[in-house]
Amino acid sequence: MTLQTPFMAQRDIVASKESTRPASDDGRTASPAPSPGVAKMRSEELRAAFGSNEVLKGITLSIAERRVTAVIGPSGCGKSTFIRCLNRMHEVVPGAQVSGRVLLESQDIYGRGVDPVRVRRRVGMVFQKPNPFPNMTIRDNVLAGLRLNGLKTPNPEALAEKALRRAALWDEVKDSLGRAGSGLSGGQQQRLCIARSLALEPEVLLMDEPCSALDPIATARVEELIHDLCKNYTIVIVTHNMQQAARVADFTAFFYLGELIEYGRTDVIFTRPEKQKTEDYITGRFG
Amino acid sequence: MDRLHTDREYENELTALREQVLLMGARVEEMITQALRSFEERDARLAEEAMAADCQVDQLELEIDEACLQILARRQPVASDLRFITTALKVVTDLERIGDLGVNVCERVIELGDAPPLDVATSISRMAEIAHSMLRDALDAFVARDVAKAEQVIMRDRRVDAYYARLFSELVSYMMKDPGVVQRATRLQSIGRYIERIADHATNLAEMVVFMVRGRDVRHPSVSGPQNDDQGPQPN
Repeated sequence: MTLQTPFMAQRDIVASKESTRPASDDGRTASPAPSPGVAKMRSEELRAAFGSNEVLKGITLSIAERRVTAVIGPSGCGKSTFIRCLNRMHEVVPGAQVSGRVLLESQDIYGRGVDPVRVRRRVGMVFQKPNPFPNMTIRDNVLAGLRLNGLKTPNPEALAEKALRRAALWDEVKDSLGRAGSGLSGGQQQRLCIARSLALEPEVLLMDEPCSALDPIATARVEELIHDLCKNYTIVIVTHNMQQAARVADFTAFFYLGELIEYGRTDVIFTRPEKQKTEDYITGRFG
Repeated sequence: MDRLHTDREYENELTALREQVLLMGARVEEMITQALRSFEERDARLAEEAMAADCQVDQLELEIDEACLQILARRQPVASDLRFITTALKVVTDLERIGDLGVNVCERVIELGDAPPLDVATSISRMAEIAHSMLRDALDAFVARDVAKAEQVIMRDRRVDAYYARLFSELVSYMMKDPGVVQRATRLQSIGRYIERIADHATNLAEMVVFMVRGRDVRHPSVSGPQNDDQGPQPN
């Protein structure tokens, strides 16, 4: 009987995993790099302004379906304005203007006759500061979106559970759905807001710095949730935190002074960006 | 890179790291110059001097590794900074090995002592000349971020390999004709092998320079690595 050393034992385990790993056609292991695939949304020459102040200067950018796309850039680059144009939130600001096209699949969401409320159902948003509705229970917070949109559901309890499960919050709140939403921790409140968006069955989820008000542990849980959600939803996340973009996003778009400077796979953007401005920004050579 | 980091302390840390790597390169290059000269001149004293510098090289390897670890932990470098740090980690390993190979050459020189030379001087000198110039040029390419120079270094490695193959076959002929030369011949063959390995490590340095500057991994051209060169198109 051959004596098994610890190395030999580990080697055999690794070798047996290797033999069952799927290989690409030429025998090499499959690359983990995401392919862009199909676009769920696309902006074409999107311009946005507040009065005479042009904030977006013609952005043409595709958002890959069921992938996470991060939008990064310094303050004032237009990244929050961009995502607010993706669900027609930009226009609620007095004096706001927008031109160009934003396609959700094949529909221009700024087309004649398009109802912005319906757009916002398909393209949900989560904001920086968790904002559960005060004086509402956890259950009512989740269902608030449906009520505000005049939608009825035959089984609200089941819908609330489904949304809370999808937001990875169900196990923590299932015995206290009647509690006030504002009584939860910051991270839980943010996941409650995500559940509220998910209850409307959106196709796209926009997240405007969703973790900047959260502690590291809550941030990690939300990032883990984002990783799970993108199996079913297309996600666009604006973040100041470049390490977060590097951790969660498949693709990254770098904006500067209202222009799209560079777009690409996150791993490539953060190891060998093409544009000097991108290199300068992500390495901290700005300013 | 013309622009400096906004964080001056970070900029200083990277500058200090670069200077340490250059210092280590300079020490190693000096060691190899002395080691090869000690072989040409059969100078045991020079060989001893060259060997004594190896502990400084080892010390620098430890310091540089520690500095890289600190920067990775504290700064989370990306893009060109990340490539520079990972290059530094690999480069010091190759430099330290070159230093050890220099020591090995010196040890064989001391062993050879005054024994009459075999007529393989041409092969070994040519190898030594090319390997030495490869090391110098690889270090120059690192300093100047000169990809063209680094690529030229990579091309020269096959010439060293060819000279080593010739040296080996010459020494085997000698040993077959006269078993009395075996002791000298095997030491010369070792020296040849060490020089060939120095050239291999210089090639590694040059390959890392290409990666550091361009983000392109040119090692093992017959195998395609996991990276793709381009970022890919936007989705349709």
